Amino acid sequence: MSEAERADLLLQIYYYMRLTRAMEDRTRTLFLQGRIVGGVYTAQGHEATTVGAAMTLRDGDCIVPQHRDLGMHLVRGVSPRAVMCQWLARGNAPTLGRDGQLHIGDMHHGVVPMISMLGESLPVACGVALVMKMRRRSTVVLASCGDGATSTGAFHEALNFASVQRLPVVFVIENNGYAYSTPTAKQFAIEQLAQRAVAYGMPGESVDGNDVLAVMEAVGRAVAHARSGQGPALVECRTFRVRGHSEADKADYVSPALRQEWLTRDPIKRFEEYLTAQGLLSAERRREIEARVRSVVDDAVAFAEASPPPDPATVADYVFAPDGPIAIVGEPGATDPRYVNALDTRTGRPFCTMSQVEEAVTRL
Amino acid sequence: MTAVTYLEAISQAIREEMRRDESVFLLGEDVGTYGGAFKVSAGFLEEFGPERVIDTPMSETAIIGSAVGAALMGMRPIAEMQYIDFITCGFDQIVNMACKMYWRSGIPLPLVIRGPAGGGTHGGPFHSASPEAWFFHTPGIKVVMPATTYDAKGLLKAAIRDNNPVLYLEHKLLYRLPELREELPSEDYVVPLGKAIIRRRGRHITMLTYGAMVHQCLKAAEQLATEDGLEVEVVDLRSLTPLDRETIKESVKRTNKVLIVHEDTLTGGVGAELAALLAEELFDYLDGPIMRVAAPDAPYPYAPPLEMAYLPGVERIVAVARQLAAY
Ligand SMILES: Cc1ncc(C[n+]2csc(CCOP(=O)(O)OP(=O)(O)O)c2C)c(N)n1
Ligand SMILES: [Mg+2]
Repeated sequence: MSEAERADLLLQIYYYMRLTRAMEDRTRTLFLQGRIVGGVYTAQGHEATTVGAAMTLRDGDCIVPQHRDLGMHLVRGVSPRAVMCQWLARGNAPTLGRDGQLHIGDMHHGVVPMISMLGESLPVACGVALVMKMRRRSTVVLASCGDGATSTGAFHEALNFASVQRLPVVFVIENNGYAYSTPTAKQFAIEQLAQRAVAYGMPGESVDGNDVLAVMEAVGRAVAHARSGQGPALVECRTFRVRGHSEADKADYVSPALRQEWLTRDPIKRFEEYLTAQGLLSAERRREIEARVRSVVDDAVAFAEASPPPDPATVADYVFAPDGPIAIVGEPGATDPRYVNALDTRTGRPFCTMSQVEEAVTRL
Repeated sequence: MTAVTYLEAISQAIREEMRRDESVFLLGEDVGTYGGAFKVSAGFLEEFGPERVIDTPMSETAIIGSAVGAALMGMRPIAEMQYIDFITCGFDQIVNMACKMYWRSGIPLPLVIRGPAGGGTHGGPFHSASPEAWFFHTPGIKVVMPATTYDAKGLLKAAIRDNNPVLYLEHKLLYRLPELREELPSEDYVVPLGKAIIRRRGRHITMLTYGAMVHQCLKAAEQLATEDGLEVEVVDLRSLTPLDRETIKESVKRTNKVLIVHEDTLTGGVGAELAALLAEELFDYLDGPIMRVAAPDAPYPYAPPLEMAYLPGVERIVAVARQLAAY
């Protein structure tokens, strides 16, 4: 990588981190204004982990993100408009208003839709990776979960199955100190969650989840391991949930001193300082990036607000998929409209989770 | 051509679909080297290799969850539960992950979950399950249960080709029953999901049933014909979801009396929904109460005398049918 390419890459990372934060800040404002239908989960402080982890992937790879992984979605090309349509429960949201939050996905672009039952996405990640292995691909699946979700049976079944089958999966644990009000001391009795890897016979490491370059290095190593056919790997990213579990949670069970300590380690501030010290982020460049971020967020909110609500007459529609051929995702021709999984057959239109051409503006 | 068993028909269906379509594969506990606890997949590993006949760890959530992941990718996995009782260990993957996937994301999930269900084999409380009502109640999954060898093959082929999650329940009492041996067509065929079949025609009472109880009802109908001169119609539902409301209603409109028979427990069972459907839509046609014969509201017992008392059988069906006929 040339010096100029490296500079571009670092600024791209910075942009995604800023965009993630700004999208969530705006979502919070909308929530406080009573414009969001249900609960809101944000991830201030997770940006180095979510953006850094996703930056290690390539075309054809797949993410299996959870509720605090907006950064992963944005890096992989999920549309800010689609995200805002989800929060505002619009009829043209990827789930047509049937589900909210970040419960969205599009297999042709490698995003598996999560469900609220945390941990349950991990076995599904194994199935995606199983197909990659069967089809002799050199692609990988990056699946995340929180410290709380590591206590589910699904987590343990998935790690074990992935290891036995030598599946190309990277498990990223976002250890943010809490699962709702439950601190990690009540969640597990080991020193570091990376130790879980030992029990399943896969490499595991623990990394400073607020240092985006360190996250990229560690997850990059795990991805390389999985891509080389040696099986799964695990990375624990140590970060902190500096806000409440949801925006309705004041989190007064967290000591102010602890929260303050982590606020001073804010991943975006740290990366900014690094970039500035490297001479890569001039005041002017920073203003440009902020302007871009703002325009993308404004556009997403405006688009969502102008979008129609779902049609109540459709409430019981599309419980079952229609008959017809199904393509194996990722094979040549798999997006040919004759396949039932090529288009969103509920609407007859392409899946709308990913950024459309008109919003290519979301890339720096 | 030789007559095959219900179990061989299941095996043939999977083998033929795996030959026909490279996206079909089988995963579960002991399905490979051992050929499955009941030998449904005997010889599969040799023919298809370990990537399409996957011996998994003892992890129902991982089995069903990875079937979901593979189906998201456009494959057509068949997830075997060693006994259908263990489906509860993967319940969330079915009811929350699989059943809501297309409805909320537009991504179809062509996957089959199958395994030996039902009692009568001294399996006790954990190897005799009839779990259909849980899934019958859950939107987003099709539920089928074949009663004959022909249907065992045809329904399974239709299930594998369907673009949705399908729960395919095999009654293990029928697996090797000599009376169910049948010569099957040599050409490819399917039994479409959502189509009931009338197994015996009659004009006095309609028996609505499925699975192994079809055979109990047919025996009861025979006895009622010879001893009481009653002409009983036996409708084998075959699919619970989608439910063939047309065939059910058409039959009841002719007979005007209904007896629902299932092996599952009574309260909140499939029969309760059938009764509600008929009460709502065919009230004017009914000449008697809608009656049900089902297992009592208790867990499935082990000791033979208890099992005999628990399982609905010809004697109870005949007795209740007589009550209904006299009404
Ligand atoms: C299996 C399951 N049980 C309970 C919940 C309710 N719940 C929602 S978030 C949460 C805590 C999650 O903690 P963690 O996995 O650490 O993720 P974090 O929210 O900290 O990112 C709980 C208990 C859930 N979503 N899933
Ligand atoms: Mg947590």
